Amino acid sequence: MLNTKKIDPAMRNLFLLWFAVIAFFTYMKGGEFLSEQTFQSIAFVMPELGLLTLAMFAPLLSGGFNLAIIVIANVTSLFGIAVFHIFQVSEMSIGMQGLMIAVVFVASLLIAMLCGLIIGFMVSYVGAHPILVTLGMMTLLKGVGIIATSGRAVSGVPDVLKFFGNSTIWAIPVPLFIFVGIAILLHLFMTRTTYGRYIYLIGSNINAVYFSGINTKRVVMFIYILSSALATVAGYLMMARFNSSRVGYGDAYLLLTVLIAILGGTDPNGGFGKVSTIAVALLVLQTISTGLNIMGTSQYLSMAMWGLVLLGAMSFKYIKDHYKKKMYVKKAAKATNNDN
Amino acid sequence: MIKNLFNRMEFLIGIVILILIVVMAFGSASFFTVQNLMYQLDAYSGDIIFAMGLLVVLIAGGIDISFMATASASVYIAAKLSLIYHIENPILALACISVSAIAFGLINAFFIYNMKMVSIIVTISMQSVIFGLLMYFTDGRLIYDLPEWWVEPTNLYTFGSSGNLYSITVPIMVLALCIALTIFILNKTSLGKQVYALGGNQEAAHRIGINVGVLHYFAYGYMGFMAGIAGFVQSYRNSEINPSALVGKELDILAAVVLGGASLTGGKGSVIGTILGISLIAIIKNGLNLAGVSSYSFDIIIGLCILVAITITHIHERKKKLS
Amino acid sequence: MEQDLFLSAKNISKYFAGTIALNKVDIDLRKGEVHCLAGMNGCGKSTFIKIISGVYTPEKNALIEFDDASYSKLTPSQAIKEGVQVIFQDLSLFPNLTVAENIGVKQFASSLFAINKRKSQREIAQKVLDELGFTMELDVKVADLSIANRQIIAICRAIANDGKLLVMDEPTASLTRQEVRSLEKVVKTLTKRGITIVFVSHRLEEVLDISDRVTVLRDGVKVGTYPASEMNTQRLGELMTGIKIESSIKEHDYSSKENIIEVRGLTRKDEYSDISFSIKKGEVLGLGGLLGSGRTELATTLFGIHKPDSGEILVKGKPVFFRNHSDAVSQRIGYVSEDRLSLGAIMEQSIADNITVSVLNKISSRRIGVVRSKSEREQIKHWIKELSIKIGFETEPISTLSGGNQQKVMLAKWLATDPELLILDSPTVGVDVSAKASIYALVDKLASAGMSILMISDEVPELYYNCDRVLHMKDGKLIGEYAPREIEEHKLMEIIND
Repeated sequence: MLNTKKIDPAMRNLFLLWFAVIAFFTYMKGGEFLSEQTFQSIAFVMPELGLLTLAMFAPLLSGGFNLAIIVIANVTSLFGIAVFHIFQVSEMSIGMQGLMIAVVFVASLLIAMLCGLIIGFMVSYVGAHPILVTLGMMTLLKGVGIIATSGRAVSGVPDVLKFFGNSTIWAIPVPLFIFVGIAILLHLFMTRTTYGRYIYLIGSNINAVYFSGINTKRVVMFIYILSSALATVAGYLMMARFNSSRVGYGDAYLLLTVLIAILGGTDPNGGFGKVSTIAVALLVLQTISTGLNIMGTSQYLSMAMWGLVLLGAMSFKYIKDHYKKKMYVKKAAKATNNDN
Repeated sequence: MIKNLFNRMEFLIGIVILILIVVMAFGSASFFTVQNLMYQLDAYSGDIIFAMGLLVVLIAGGIDISFMATASASVYIAAKLSLIYHIENPILALACISVSAIAFGLINAFFIYNMKMVSIIVTISMQSVIFGLLMYFTDGRLIYDLPEWWVEPTNLYTFGSSGNLYSITVPIMVLALCIALTIFILNKTSLGKQVYALGGNQEAAHRIGINVGVLHYFAYGYMGFMAGIAGFVQSYRNSEINPSALVGKELDILAAVVLGGASLTGGKGSVIGTILGISLIAIIKNGLNLAGVSSYSFDIIIGLCILVAITITHIHERKKKLS
Repeated sequence: MEQDLFLSAKNISKYFAGTIALNKVDIDLRKGEVHCLAGMNGCGKSTFIKIISGVYTPEKNALIEFDDASYSKLTPSQAIKEGVQVIFQDLSLFPNLTVAENIGVKQFASSLFAINKRKSQREIAQKVLDELGFTMELDVKVADLSIANRQIIAICRAIANDGKLLVMDEPTASLTRQEVRSLEKVVKTLTKRGITIVFVSHRLEEVLDISDRVTVLRDGVKVGTYPASEMNTQRLGELMTGIKIESSIKEHDYSSKENIIEVRGLTRKDEYSDISFSIKKGEVLGLGGLLGSGRTELATTLFGIHKPDSGEILVKGKPVFFRNHSDAVSQRIGYVSEDRLSLGAIMEQSIADNITVSVLNKISSRRIGVVRSKSEREQIKHWIKELSIKIGFETEPISTLSGGNQQKVMLAKWLATDPELLILDSPTVGVDVSAKASIYALVDKLASAGMSILMISDEVPELYYNCDRVLHMKDGKLIGEYAPREIEEHKLMEIIND
């Protein structure tokens, strides 16, 4: 965890990949691709997916999993929109709207954190597998959301909140500011604070961390609370952008977040991973999918591409490591033979 | 021996199911009938066949998220080929489904075993690849004009008196065959025992001379095979092929299999338990339906079931460890 | 090939990324002998085992000869065919399968497409159990058995698989002394049947008790093969390390000082009962006893992981109650676990992280827990130097270190918390002889500087030479207290090991 001044090779490769992708689409489509609009559309979609990826990243890093992130995003934003309706927030003055949104948002965060707390409790104190716990939680919350809405979309987001989803400042979408801000905070948290550092160590060997005098159960609870809170922010961004919320919005993102986190260098077994590389991986994938969109291909092709890119990247890494090991052995053999 | 029985998840779920059946039989006259049983079997045949495949993968210590995509793609491929080349032979079409579905499974196994990747990551990726390509090439178009044998409801056997005729449908027949095959492999052959051994301790399996690679290919290949068959059954029941109808329901099947006592850490699980797991969910849904409860509440109850079940098993295990 | 040889391995070498694990080693194994492979960690003994069992492929020009065949490299199935059976330290059993299935594993492991023969599987299992004189239920899952019983299953499986050469890797590491005795008996039964046993063990006395011949390896090179009767522990230790070892009783001056910790009538159901003792500032207290005597449970209670049912713990005269182990840490108690691999080192993570994990909260700002990287770096540098831990870079994973250096990192992790009482649970397990010596020296130095130490160990000599007092624990009770100055080493050994 100590600073190494060298550029992370994973980061470098991702950036090279990004440039290659840009070059490819520019060659194919020229100015149509290389436009402000393209990058703005990337910048609008990226934040919500990015936040969900970070929500998946924290549990992954600790060797866990969270299948409930999308549902938590849905349910909390549905709660928000319901409160907005009840108090007719859209009719209020701008100042009051801001205040109400802030209050409701905090309440949503608390609900999400309660869900996270339950997940964390089941994982750490009961000792159940995180995939199972979050699967149960996901199904349960989905049921709650569907009962409340009959599965329909609910619309009517106050203007102030819409601003957070749809406006730009200096041509940069507001959601991007939010995402970058949270990503930086999370990065600092993960690398600089005790809890962040514990999360990495827990991902490698939770028992050893426990026997180092650390209350790991509390840390695990915290991980799922953090994950749920991040999902809530993503849910609010989606709600602000679509002017509505529904159980099922963003369902397709669920497994995608895992792919992005892994492509961004997170170790699927936990213990290693960085917010910064994940952000770049996200950029690469969004650029590919936007590019394909401009070329008029279906979004499903980009879905397939993402899977292929991940399988390819991981195979490449395996083969490279394998080859490196072989070279070492050959060298060692040569060295000993020369001795005699 | 009796104490052993109590320790098993299958037993617990069996009891719960029994209680539910009794309660519902009193509540609704139409619940406890052969008619309803046959209907439910027909309706859940696909799910159970998927679950048979997933069970084998879970016992082997892996996980598969891609099976719904595999099912959709392999059935679509077979249907398209049948239509293009005017294949009317069911055997040929089924062989085509099986071959492509098994191939998808083997690709999973290749990445998991040969490239040493984590199974959940590989199968999530494969789900994206298979489903993405399927939707890209088909634009999500449904196939209605299937060959006659594929869509014609056929009763293989009919029994009962004239007033109450019950029939064994094709899905029920296929389901029975799949269950029998899985039971046979898992319980009666050395292959099945090796799969359990692999899930129990992979390193030990390797050291004892078991061909771990072959087992990986078998487990994921079998999952693919079952997925293909289940996909066929679903298309048969619906008389159409909808490429996007199945994907997204993987976790429901996973929940049921785990409810039936299979473990995500491998080495545990049985066919009977798996069937009970699916039955539990089916009975709850069916019972609530008959009782007139909104179908929107299903998810809540299933979610609660999962959470309660894992809590019970873990508290149980902890007690066992202490004693 | 000589008539009475079972296996003759010649010119065996093995290279790994960056290191030479074995360099042109020749070893002969006779039929019906107990042959011990001795050597420090990383001397190449486990590599050798893996080569003759086909797990690793040796480098070119190797030759492995059996009675009727010779190979330049073996596959696992060839090794099994020749009768080589390895009982690894982890036993390699299938916890989810039954006793009969584990012993009769050959019945289903040898071919893919065969119908299970449950009956013949049970018969084989029963036959082997009878032959070796064990009784065991056949339908119990192995997960529900004790470690000693699992060991028996592993041996039975090797015999059921027509093992003619049984390699046992650290077979006694997790057995109680009594269980070791019954293992010795089994070994005798086996050798009478002409089966060759290869023993790998850290416990030198035991090695000499059981074996006929000893082969010593050092740094991947064979030092020599010697008859066990001509060897003693000291000589063996010297051959293994290449250093002369001297032991002397260490004493510390503590009699006038205050009690750091005192326990009164500590009881925890089924684990230990009515335990009372105290440790003074600067004292090294030994806690001896067989595995399963309750010593580790007692230690983890002092560390706040388990709660006692009754009795009290006093720290510096004040009664304390530990809600969890964080409370114990804040009372300045540290605990170095006996299980370094799974409870001690965080293997994939860096040496630096392994040192500072216990003190991150101390070297961070109070409010939001931001770690001060400067004090972190100071800590790391300080402890690496203080304990002379041999490392390349502190950012490399701790798994790249030798067992001894890993253990030093574990000590550093706890010393960084500045404990007043340090509990060392089997501090030299899996540590080679030279690293042992430096750990003992460190214990001596810490005690002299005023730290109290509770040392738990299986090895009586370790307690004898390093502790001021030794407590004897048996079946959850303290039954004796000895001062090394007042008793001879072998007497203490007899008392504790019976």
